[in-house]
Amino acid sequence: MNNGSARGTTKIPPHNHVERHKHIGVDIAPEANATLKVALVGNPNVGKSLFFNYLSGMYVDVSNYPGTTVEVVKGRFKSYEIYDTPGVYGISSFNDEEVVTRDIVLEADIVLNIVDAVHPERDLFLTQQLIDMGKKVSVMLNFMDEVQAHGLQIDTQLLSRYLGVPVLLTTATTRAGFDQIETAIEHARRGEQDPALHHRLHTMLSITGSEAEALLILEGDEAIAGRHGVPPGHERDTIYIERRNRINIMIDAVLSEKNVRTRVATLFGRWAVSTWTGIPMLLAALYLIYLFVGKLVAQDIVSFTETRLGRELWEPWMRGIAAQYVSPTSWFGTILVGEFGVLTMTVTYLLFLLLPLVIAFYLSLAIMEDSGYLPRLATFVDRSLNAIGLNGRAVIPLILGFGCVTMATITTRLLGNEREKTISAAILQFAIPCSAQLAVVAALLAGAGFTSILIYSITIFSIFVAVGTILHRTLPGTTTPLLIDLPPMRLPRFDNVARKTAYRTYFFMREATPWFFAGALGVGILQVTGLLTVWQNILAPFTTGWLQLPREAATAFVMGMVRRDFGAAGLYHLSLSPNQIVVALVTITLFTPCIASLMVMFKERGFKEATIVWTGTWVVAFLVGGLLSQALI
Amino acid sequence: MKTSGIPLHLAAKGSTLIIVDIPDGKNRARLIRLGILKGERVRCLEVLPGGTVVIEKNRQEIAIGVSLARLIVVAPTSPDHPGHHGAKK
Repeated sequence: MNNGSARGTTKIPPHNHVERHKHIGVDIAPEANATLKVALVGNPNVGKSLFFNYLSGMYVDVSNYPGTTVEVVKGRFKSYEIYDTPGVYGISSFNDEEVVTRDIVLEADIVLNIVDAVHPERDLFLTQQLIDMGKKVSVMLNFMDEVQAHGLQIDTQLLSRYLGVPVLLTTATTRAGFDQIETAIEHARRGEQDPALHHRLHTMLSITGSEAEALLILEGDEAIAGRHGVPPGHERDTIYIERRNRINIMIDAVLSEKNVRTRVATLFGRWAVSTWTGIPMLLAALYLIYLFVGKLVAQDIVSFTETRLGRELWEPWMRGIAAQYVSPTSWFGTILVGEFGVLTMTVTYLLFLLLPLVIAFYLSLAIMEDSGYLPRLATFVDRSLNAIGLNGRAVIPLILGFGCVTMATITTRLLGNEREKTISAAILQFAIPCSAQLAVVAALLAGAGFTSILIYSITIFSIFVAVGTILHRTLPGTTTPLLIDLPPMRLPRFDNVARKTAYRTYFFMREATPWFFAGALGVGILQVTGLLTVWQNILAPFTTGWLQLPREAATAFVMGMVRRDFGAAGLYHLSLSPNQIVVALVTITLFTPCIASLMVMFKERGFKEATIVWTGTWVVAFLVGGLLSQALI
Repeated sequence: MKTSGIPLHLAAKGSTLIIVDIPDGKNRARLIRLGILKGERVRCLEVLPGGTVVIEKNRQEIAIGVSLARLIVVAPTSPDHPGHHGAKK
């Protein structure tokens, strides 16, 4: 974990293997001045982030969890260090998110467990597991406002006695009950372990020295078993079923339910996953996103920021400054402030084109997520995506790809397994045109006529399906089946949506910016060394002979390496027939993605895979473009 | 006693079901966490073309992909029959 906070002298205990052994069986009182680590843990969609935001205020630290690609947010509340964890249904190592939550819980001194009061049967499984791990726990029953609307009544005192830990009531949206959070942290304690389980734990405890790890090993956690050099246990089924039964008995005693009218929001949710109503809702959602991202941001806002702020204000100003130190025509000047200048084009691209788009896309995503529509969309498209070896969750990177392929490639991390990451990353690189490129494609196609639009769309869609199908058929392994809970449809809260968007945008910009600069630098060097011209000359015969396009189109293809939209824009001032436009646009869409997305691909998917995909895009672009040309022209 | 059943993706929309069997391994653990295990009652809210299933279990809606739904065996039951921890009061 990133301990990079330079906030004073608080001693952060090293969390290495030896340190863990100091906790053998008993709770050692922490040193008076040590920072206590508090982990916020809960199922997905229980409002955890609202608790985190309340506790940490503005000062948070977003970082990658070591060894994984999951973002971890850390903040400070009084003398406590607060960790937000990815939402999970239980502690184990089924995916990256679980691994991160597992390790944070193992290292935490106190666990603040957020429980959805409307779905306690589901959430208390995790609660009981945390208690069985021997952690100090406090439970916050959230969504108390919705409990009544659902006709539920919960005997919280009885629940607290069953669990053996404090249970507090909150409504995170109005912050009701938040004044008690500090008390909850202070009063967190070890709860009631299942007696049968407690007995079982004893043997393993002597090996691991930590109850939490002993439990996870018994439950078959291979990673934790590996750390202690013992084989993972085979008792997961028994322990899980016993725990589930215990929760069911508890629920029978503490929860009473009377029938109430179905809420409108519930109906909306049902329609979203129903055969006939799902499609119009999907189309409506896509249209709204298009209006917001495609029209308002990509056209109106970006044309202002990119042209006015970027090309007319920033770039001349930068050139003026640079001219005092280097000649703009020297090779160094070209790299800094030339056509693809690191200080000119790259900055304009990053800040004035990409940033507004990324914010708009993340904002749309956050609204879809917080309203509860996104998991329903994933459900609705699940079967279709199964055909190309993905499950419904892959809809997120695929949608984001239409914004920025680089951003989407990073998002493939959230998918279930390596196979799904490989397939979706490849599809993104091959067949998804990003927004910057789409704008140019749309403009050129609009001039070329309806038939051209049809041929272009069918070709790109076919490649999309073909790439997915081929990879699905050839790669070993299977697709993770979809298994997600659908949270109630709710009106998203502005502050939560805003924060999420801000975190993600910040995280993306921090992650991607160096690659954009590196890419521009690389192309700048190609330009000053004359290699760019060599490259264009190599491509020229293919362009004129095979694709039957003017020689200058080769330049556009090479420019597409820097920025996909540059490539497409290069075609503007060539006089092309409608069929030539289709050929050129198909080629350029399938072509090498922009250099930043390629570099992120190398980083995310490794050298071998990225090289194969990159080479593949060249081959497929020229092959398909050429075949189309031979058929059409 | 072995109860006869049908795979979940063939269940009728709107029907109340008793879970008869769930698959082994990781999927089993994932299902138990969500409260889907042998003997529990669920309601089938939707079966999409292709077999993605949406079920309801104690006010919680859960979506299950067809490849997993195929492995879950269920038996239709009457909706009035009290469930494992059904409504009281």
